[in-house]
Amino acid sequence: MKKLLTFIILLTLCLGNAQSIEPNAFVQSTVNRASEILSKNISKEKKINQLKIIARETVDIRGIGFYSLGSARKELNENEKNLYFSLFENYFLKSFSSRLSEYTNPKIEVRGEKIINKNYTIVNSVLVSTPNRPEIKIDWRIYTKNPNNPLIRDLIIEGLSLARTQKEEFASILNSNDRDIKTLFKTLEDFIKN
Amino acid sequence: MLKKSSIAIICIFLFAFNVYASSDGELKLGNKEDTKEIKDCFEKLNRATFALNQGLDKAIIKPIAKGYRNLPDQVQKGAKNAVTNLSNLITIPNNILQGDVRTAIINTGRLVVNTTVGLLGTIDVANKMGFPKYEREDYGQTLGAWGVGPGCYIVLPVLGPSTIRDTAGSFANVLGGDPWYNASIHGNNEFLSEGVFVASKAISGINFRSENLESFDNLETNSIDFYASLRSLYLQDRENKIKNNQRGSVEIIYQDEEDWEEIDNK
Repeated sequence: MKKLLTFIILLTLCLGNAQSIEPNAFVQSTVNRASEILSKNISKEKKINQLKIIARETVDIRGIGFYSLGSARKELNENEKNLYFSLFENYFLKSFSSRLSEYTNPKIEVRGEKIINKNYTIVNSVLVSTPNRPEIKIDWRIYTKNPNNPLIRDLIIEGLSLARTQKEEFASILNSNDRDIKTLFKTLEDFIKN
Repeated sequence: MLKKSSIAIICIFLFAFNVYASSDGELKLGNKEDTKEIKDCFEKLNRATFALNQGLDKAIIKPIAKGYRNLPDQVQKGAKNAVTNLSNLITIPNNILQGDVRTAIINTGRLVVNTTVGLLGTIDVANKMGFPKYEREDYGQTLGAWGVGPGCYIVLPVLGPSTIRDTAGSFANVLGGDPWYNASIHGNNEFLSEGVFVASKAISGINFRSENLESFDNLETNSIDFYASLRSLYLQDRENKIKNNQRGSVEIIYQDEEDWEEIDNK
C-alpha cells in the first residue's frame, strides 16, 4: 500500500513536471507558430484568422482587457462587464493580428528570461534586423500563476509597454468624454467594424 | 535682449515645474507617483498642434522620408552616422552634468575617432573598434536625472511631443549648450553656417521618420486614439532614457501594479 502510494505521488509529480511549460520555451514556440503562419503563401485574411487562434490560446485577453480599463472597471455592472469583454476581445484580436500580419516571416530569437516572482517572468527576445530595420528588443511579460498554462500579458518593445499604452489610450477616451463608458464601447465598435 | 528673454523664460519654466514636481518640498524621481502625474494640461491646444503636425507629416515629411529611403544604403548610413556623431557634442556635457565622467571620456574618444578616421563621422569607426554602445543624452534628460519633474505634456509645432522640462532642456542647446549650434550660427568661419546647422537637424529628423515609416502607419491604423498612443509612448521613452533603462524597467512600466493584483484576485 505504501509502495503504491509512493508510486502515485511520484507519477503525479512527474506528470506535473512534464506539463509545466518554461516561459522562454512557451514564447519561442508561440513566435515559431506565428512565424510559420506569416511565411505561408496564403491570403492576409487567412493569416489573420490563424493568428487569432494563436492569440486566443496564448494571451490573457481578459486580464489585459480589465487592466486597460483602469479604475473604470470598478464602475461597471455585470452586463457592462460582459459587453466590454466581448468588444475588447474582438478589438484586441483585430488589432493584434492586423499588426502582426504586416510582417512576413519575422525572426524572433529568445535570448533569456528573468523570473520576477511566482506569477511573472519576463522573457527577453529580439526581432532580428533586416536591411530596412535595425534589431528590435522585445520583452514578454508572462503570467505564470498556472505554470502549466502560461499566458502573455504584455509586450515591451524597446522598453515601451503595449499594455500601458493601451490603458492610457482608453483613459484618454474616457477622460475626454466625462468618463462615459458608452463612448468607449462605441469607439471599440467602430474600430471592429472598420 | 533675446538671450535675456530666453533666460527669463527658462527661469519661469524652472520655477513652474519645480513647484509642480515637488510641491511637498521633496524631489520625486524614483517615486512611482512621479510618472503617474504627467498631466496633459493643454490637451485641446496639443491636439490641434498634433493635427497640424499630422498634416505637415503627410504633405511634406513622410514623402521626403520615403524618398530618403530610396537613396543608396551607404548614403543613408553615412548621413545617419554623421548626425549621430554630432549629437556627441550635446551628449558629452550631459554625461558630465549627470556625473558620468567615464562615459564622457569614452564619448569624447568616440567623437575624435569618428570625426577624424571616420571622415567627419560618416563611418562609425569607434563601433568597429569595440567602443561601448552609444546612448544619447540631452539637457532634458539631465534635468530629469537631477530630479526635475516633467511638468505638463506639450506638443510642439513640427518638433512633436515634449514636456515643459524637455522643452526647457532644448532651450539650453541654443543658450550655449550645443557646440555644434554655436560653431554653425555664431562661429566666425567659412565652412559652417545656419544652413548647415538646419540641414543637419533636418537629416536627423528625416532619418528618424524613414526608419519608422511602417511602425507609425501600423500604430496609426491600429490605434483608437493615435494622439494618446504617441503621448504614452513618448513619456515611457523619456522615463526609460532618464533612468538609462535600455530595456525598460518593470518598476517603471508597471507603475500601477496593484491593478494587475486586483485583477488576479478576482
